[in-house]
Amino acid sequence: MGDLYLIFKNVTRKKLRLFLTLFATFIAFMIYGVLMAFQVALDSGVELSADDRLIVVNKVNFTQPLPLSYVTRIRSVEGVAESAHMSWFGGYYQDPKNFMPMFAVEQDRFLDVYDEIVMPDVQRKAWLQNRQGLLIGESVAKRFGWKVGDRVPISSNIFSRKTGGQTWDFDIEAIYRGADPSFDTSGVYFHFKYFDEARTFGQNQTGFVAVRTEDPALNEQVIKAIDDQFANSFFETETVPEKAFNKAFIEQLGNIALIIQFVVLAAFFIILVIVGNSMALAIRERTNEIAVMKTLGFRSGRIFRMVLGESFLVAILGGGLGVLASVALTRLITENVATLPPLIMKPEIFLSAAGYILLLGFVTGILPALSAWRLNIITALSR
Amino acid sequence: MDAMKKQKVESENLFELKGIAKSFTKGREVISIFKDLNMTIKRGEFLAIMGPSGSGKTTLLNMLGGVDQPTTGEVWFDGERIDSLSENGLAKWRSENIGFIFQFYNLMPMLSAARNVELPLLLTSLPKKRRAQSVDAALELVGLKDRAGHKPNEMSGGQQQRVAIARAIVSDPKMLLCDEPTGDLDRETANEILTMLQELNRDYGKTIVMVTHDPEAAKYAHKVLHLDKGDFVEKGEL
Repeated sequence: MGDLYLIFKNVTRKKLRLFLTLFATFIAFMIYGVLMAFQVALDSGVELSADDRLIVVNKVNFTQPLPLSYVTRIRSVEGVAESAHMSWFGGYYQDPKNFMPMFAVEQDRFLDVYDEIVMPDVQRKAWLQNRQGLLIGESVAKRFGWKVGDRVPISSNIFSRKTGGQTWDFDIEAIYRGADPSFDTSGVYFHFKYFDEARTFGQNQTGFVAVRTEDPALNEQVIKAIDDQFANSFFETETVPEKAFNKAFIEQLGNIALIIQFVVLAAFFIILVIVGNSMALAIRERTNEIAVMKTLGFRSGRIFRMVLGESFLVAILGGGLGVLASVALTRLITENVATLPPLIMKPEIFLSAAGYILLLGFVTGILPALSAWRLNIITALSR
Repeated sequence: MDAMKKQKVESENLFELKGIAKSFTKGREVISIFKDLNMTIKRGEFLAIMGPSGSGKTTLLNMLGGVDQPTTGEVWFDGERIDSLSENGLAKWRSENIGFIFQFYNLMPMLSAARNVELPLLLTSLPKKRRAQSVDAALELVGLKDRAGHKPNEMSGGQQQRVAIARAIVSDPKMLLCDEPTGDLDRETANEILTMLQELNRDYGKTIVMVTHDPEAAKYAHKVLHLDKGDFVEKGEL
């Protein structure tokens, strides 16, 4: 028997209280882990953006189109290495609830601009050759159970076909993954020509142009050159680095980071109150026992460390299990909710969780520990 | 200053209290418990202290046990002045020299009898095996070796007090301080406990100071001191 044994026995003496305290801590840290993974996933869209990639959109806002003729003019700007135009399709499979981020793209150049999109060469060639070919991400394939060779009807909530209806037929030719595991693979891409020829309106217009510069150092110069070229035209442009574009897009959803931080803060505060109260109660109930230990010769410092150890043990057990559960939960979400980007528990989430666990242990234990330290034997034994 | 230093004095006296005064303030009132208390406790003595409530019995026991300090005066134990020791110094001194037995046993409810007895040994540098041997010996001495794995709530009052006695003697202290050790027990069990204390005194040479309200219990001691209003009013050999 040693101090650790005493700490363990003290922590586990009231089973129901321990369970409830651990459960509360468990839930809080599970929420923390999942929310942080969610935030990291949202941020990764920004972080994984290429430094040398720019997005040219209509200056009015990015939902307004650009003339297709702009694409050639953009390509001729000095410093532009490659570019590809893309149009939002608003695609869904069978039911509008099965929505997917789907773009009609300039297929010959698209994969040069987005070289982080990886797929087998055979599939790449097949997709490029088939004008009805569909390039889908791994998460989309998993979500709908699609595989290469499948023919699928996909509808648009924006565009109609000249031949009637809003449904386009596609052949799944390629399934891509990201070069980085946190790369979002929920996107779907198909040939612009197939789209442009079939739609009832908007011919010879595109949504935006993705530009790859020769060097990130040239970004500012290229941005200025593009936007100056189209200044005072009917379709003025606004060119921004992809990072800024993605960040602004995410911010359309609201300040997710702030909401997550607020939820985490609220959860942490509630846990502080619950665990702190539980610890204070536990020590108050043991006033007599602590006095007896001091009488036997246990020093105040040792008692202080043991009481603090109890709160650390509760925080580590509950928080640790919560973080482990969040690992399982994020995997489950990633595997089953394809509309979300992959939720990955990065090392920094574990580190921050460990920091919060230790902070929780310290904050909830310090006052009871100090109280045990200061406990007067005579006063306590005479109660 | 010399008197403040630790010094060993060869003496038959284990404890010496010299000119002890003890007072405390309650609100604006200063309450004096002892004004000039002097006493000696010889090695191997079994001393009972009796007296009405508020007479200072427990305060005296606390001072002997180093859990309370006199306002003025000196407390000497085995040639060492202990009233000037720091809190940590007193804690160490208690763990090495004093075994405590309380009225309500004060065992740790979450620990088995053996673990309760082992508790004071955590303050020593004894290895695990030696600790286990000492625990076995102490439990055997109080006749509870077969209940080593039982928790306090699985034992009777008398058995719990015997575990408390085992805990008090396991580190082989020179002195046992007992605060109403039979106050919570029936007569028969009380007599068993008192007999056990008598044996510890007689056969193992433990010096025992016992505070009690019970004249029957006091009969087991060599000497009874009656405290009233902070001073001894009667001393008698039994």
